[in-house]
Amino acid sequence: MIKIVNLTKSFGGHKVLDGINLTMPTGQITVVIGKSGVGKSVLLKHIIGLLKPDSGQIIIDGQDMSLLKGRQLREFKRRFGVLFQGGALFDSLNVFENIAFPLREKTRLTETEIAKRVRERLVQMSLSSEVETKFPDELSGGMKKRVALARAMIQEPEIMFYDEPVTGLDPPMTNTVFHLITKTHQESGYTALMVSHDLPEVFSVAHHVAMLHKGRIIAAGTPEEIQNHPDPMVQGFIRGEVDFLEG
Amino acid sequence: MANLVRQLGQRSLNIVIEAGAMIIFLLEGLGLALVPPFRPRRLLQEIYQIGVKSTLIVMLTGAFTGMVMALQGYYTLKQYGSEGALGSAVALSLIREMGPVLTGIMVSARAGSAVTAEIGIMRITEQLDALDTMAVNPIQYVVMPKLLAGVIAVPLLTAIFDVVGILGGYLVGVILLGVSSGSYFSGMVRSVVPLDVYGGIVKSLVFGLTIILVACYKGYNTQHGAAGVSKATNQTVVLSAVLILVWDYVLTSFFM
Repeated sequence: MIKIVNLTKSFGGHKVLDGINLTMPTGQITVVIGKSGVGKSVLLKHIIGLLKPDSGQIIIDGQDMSLLKGRQLREFKRRFGVLFQGGALFDSLNVFENIAFPLREKTRLTETEIAKRVRERLVQMSLSSEVETKFPDELSGGMKKRVALARAMIQEPEIMFYDEPVTGLDPPMTNTVFHLITKTHQESGYTALMVSHDLPEVFSVAHHVAMLHKGRIIAAGTPEEIQNHPDPMVQGFIRGEVDFLEG
Repeated sequence: MANLVRQLGQRSLNIVIEAGAMIIFLLEGLGLALVPPFRPRRLLQEIYQIGVKSTLIVMLTGAFTGMVMALQGYYTLKQYGSEGALGSAVALSLIREMGPVLTGIMVSARAGSAVTAEIGIMRITEQLDALDTMAVNPIQYVVMPKLLAGVIAVPLLTAIFDVVGILGGYLVGVILLGVSSGSYFSGMVRSVVPLDVYGGIVKSLVFGLTIILVACYKGYNTQHGAAGVSKATNQTVVLSAVLILVWDYVLTSFFM
């Protein structure tokens, strides 16, 4: 279970996270929604240890992340898989090398075993073997996302983080990526946190939804509960009302 | 007036803070060279990128530097009837000063800027963050091999510069202007002492480390997208060149 307690963060005097309290149950997908620039990615970067909070705690399976530093923190992250917004594939490596990278760096598997696992992931992501030798700049946006998802999943992480996984993708590819997320979750049963503003598609993959607004969680519950939430701000965001976006 | 003093003070403070941050960055990078996992292939890749790919431009610069020095030196020495000292003049200038400084500036322009752009793009496209989340230390994986490659490659490139420069000087001085081949080389052998060579090596080591440190630091701390990468790259070339000249003075005064 991931538990966030009273998390605060300011940048240059501007409070981005203002006392976040949120619990993400084990084995379920929690989606944090909210308009662009509201601090969703900042929240995610705190949980994966890329940013340090001004105050508050991030507790993962009983371990307070803020107490971990350096190598200890890095080793703790071996339990994570992260799908970054732009994929964050390494430009200098081809698709095969990108997916194999975590295995080559962090395991003692033989090259034969690594190749077997990489190809299994390629099949899982519906990618042909021809893409293996392509470099990231030769791939479409959807292919990049699928390769990045394959790399994030290659070590079978206990916890997956998705930062805007379908931003910039066309509707069929959006559905494909959400389908792959649902499929991999069903197969592996990992705990997941996704930040996204892609409504209503995220409701199809989420077990829990929380809405972030002005640095605070203003609503949390099942997708149905959020869709029927009485808060006008929540309803305004779901319906894409202009007044709310300007507010 | 008070405002001017305040601004000056703030700028000075910022320089000191940045210099401190750069030294910590350097110590972390070099310290990680002693910590496993060791990645010799990454080091070889960086020696190729920083060193081998700079060889041609360094040779070209070295050749023309030696040639122009021989040309200038010949007509100056001829006024005193000392054309025979041309070899020692060319060699001493190259080994003590021109070799390390010009090699450093050329490596900074070619490889330093490329290093900053590469790391800067890795920063803004979250590739460095991706390494971190895979439990791979980005400084150990990306920065450390480049620092070591700089220390290894720049002295070797300087040696190439010196040799090609001396041959360039030979071409102009001996073949075109008619200085005797024997006096060109014998003067060189008599006047160049081991301290000159050690001084050149030390300078090139320091310049190599400085160039790649500045390049990595600026790239690693890139912000604000493509414009940030462009700014960081520009800062790398300017700062490296200035630091090379400052270090050159400091080290020369030490060796004199």
